[in-house]
Amino acid sequence: MASETQTVAQSQAAALGEVRETGLRALIPKRAYAHVLLWLACLIIGFPLFYAILVSTQTNSNVYAYQFYPGTNFADNWAKVMIERGIWRYMVNSVFIAIAVTFGKTLLSLLAGMAFVYFRFPGKWIVFGFVLITLMMPTEILIIALFRFVNDLNWGNTYFALIVPFLASATGSFLFRQHFANIPAELSESAQLDGATPLQFLFRVLVPMSWNTIGALAVIQFVYVWNMYLWPALVIQGQDRQVVQVGLRTLIGGDASLSFGPLMLGAVAASIPPLIVFILLQKQFMSGFALSRDK
Amino acid sequence: MDSFVPFLISIITGAIGCAVLAYAFVKAGRSALLGGVIGALAGAAAPLIFMLPLNYCTFETERTGLDVAFGILLIAIALVAVILPLRWISLRILGHQTVIARQVTPGAFKGRWTPWLLLAPTLVILILFLYYPSLDTFRLSTLLARLGARRSVFVCVDNFTRLAQDASYLNVIGITFFISIAIVVIGLVLSLAIANLAYLPIKGAAIYRTLLIWPYAISPAVAGIIFLLLFNPTGGLINYALDNLFGVKIGWLNDPTAAPWAVIIASIWKSMGYNILFYIAGLQNVPKDLIEAAAIDGANAWQRFRRIVIPLLSPITFFLIITNMTYAFFDTFATIDYLTGGGPVNATTTMMYNIYEVGIVNNDLGKGAAQSILLFVMVIGLTVLQFRTTGERVTYGA
Repeated sequence: MASETQTVAQSQAAALGEVRETGLRALIPKRAYAHVLLWLACLIIGFPLFYAILVSTQTNSNVYAYQFYPGTNFADNWAKVMIERGIWRYMVNSVFIAIAVTFGKTLLSLLAGMAFVYFRFPGKWIVFGFVLITLMMPTEILIIALFRFVNDLNWGNTYFALIVPFLASATGSFLFRQHFANIPAELSESAQLDGATPLQFLFRVLVPMSWNTIGALAVIQFVYVWNMYLWPALVIQGQDRQVVQVGLRTLIGGDASLSFGPLMLGAVAASIPPLIVFILLQKQFMSGFALSRDK
Repeated sequence: MDSFVPFLISIITGAIGCAVLAYAFVKAGRSALLGGVIGALAGAAAPLIFMLPLNYCTFETERTGLDVAFGILLIAIALVAVILPLRWISLRILGHQTVIARQVTPGAFKGRWTPWLLLAPTLVILILFLYYPSLDTFRLSTLLARLGARRSVFVCVDNFTRLAQDASYLNVIGITFFISIAIVVIGLVLSLAIANLAYLPIKGAAIYRTLLIWPYAISPAVAGIIFLLLFNPTGGLINYALDNLFGVKIGWLNDPTAAPWAVIIASIWKSMGYNILFYIAGLQNVPKDLIEAAAIDGANAWQRFRRIVIPLLSPITFFLIITNMTYAFFDTFATIDYLTGGGPVNATTTMMYNIYEVGIVNNDLGKGAAQSILLFVMVIGLTVLQFRTTGERVTYGA
């Protein structure tokens, strides 16, 4: 009996010891092992991009010599990438398409979310199911039929083909529906007493309350459109309207051998816009994923 | 084909439907006759879903046994797809339960047409650019058709049955699953290990999180390009390091056994940020008192992690398995196209890459569409699994 109480007491003391660090351990910074391991993880994850940035300033002979400091070829690489191969043009196209789709998708999802939460109409659940089930239909699977259809519309080689098919979003409609459903009904009741139309209510009341959801969705959609590869490679033939993910191909072909400097410069440049969007909207993105909870 | 075949099929499926629903109705204390009649009608009609468009071609006399078997499989799928939902709905109606929960809509706006106007843009785009191409994919899969050619030939289910006999296609399926499973398993284990450190409320936690999550914003194409440099036989840093440390050089891009690993490593690097993000969110929701209680009961750190944290994270793990599988199926395309181009000797040709090569490069729309449908079925299977297993427990919304 006595020994049993003793073991319980011991294990309790051991458990508390893990919580309250005492004696010598107090001298070591709290959770030093976590800091060391996290720094290591950040370094390993960051290394490929860091090395790509380094190589973007180098010539091939620098790369072959495994030179771990910046080279002097940045200006030449820049001229080759941006002017000779016209990556700049592809970047502008990608930015335009990504902004257009992100904006349109957010707008259409807001409208759909509004219809699902603030209206009574017959067949609402069937329509909701009809929208939600498209989550199971990735565009990639339909790519052959979609390609044929877009060609029938004479949309080959146009921005329409890159923008219009992606404007509707099951994810967005679903997220806004969830978000609006959690907003107290008194708000829409009092808005109606004040004589507000549904659209006024949406843009004056709901949108200002939804910036976190809008921001999270915007990051997801911007990155999604920015990353599109197979579809633009199919429907866009000319150089003027091509997106950057496909346009980077021009840095691989055309030379006798692969020049790593320009290729890495192009890859790094193509990563800057989504990284900017990600960093600017990081707070919204994280809280959209319920990450902000801890302090 | 003999003209009695359609009748024979419908009599068999009608009998099955009749039996299933009659049994279900009797168990629910209802009239077996009513259930039997409903089941027989629905069962007899079910085969028409596939057989009307196909015109029962799989049962024509000159068809092979494989075609017949495929036709029977299609009929079985149609039967399950019709009878099971019907059984569920009719039992709920008989039980005077509402089929779908009636939702009260407090604070609803008035207006009969307004909701339809609000939904119209979304619905029109979904119908034109998602539903129509889906149906068209099914139609194309029964054709021998080329883009730009005016004529196309109906080939029944040949595009499917030839896949089953094609050893190189079975190889493609194997590669797809090998790459996908490696991405999911290795990626999730590493992400959970890192998230398990990064969720701690330590100094600079926000900085660590940003530095861990940012590859989410890198595109699969750029991941392919960066690893093309790192894995390159000349000037590639990874082989340089391996050579200096262990004296080995691996043919990442030209050895068929190593090339899938190049794709796997590049893909894990790119997708890990997303996984870490979700695991951090999940770990923050693990109740602290549960962990403390276990600690007081004498469970060591590993036991607490193994017995409490991992089970509590299982909804998130399951959600991530699905999203990572989808990533591996589709988004690796751009990585593969830059890194290996599907080679060497097709060692990194995944199902999606094969659809592109067959359907687009070789311009065989029917074969490409048939392969798309096979991939479609897998995605539907995964999604259904996700909904059934996680249900409402996974919340990724605000």
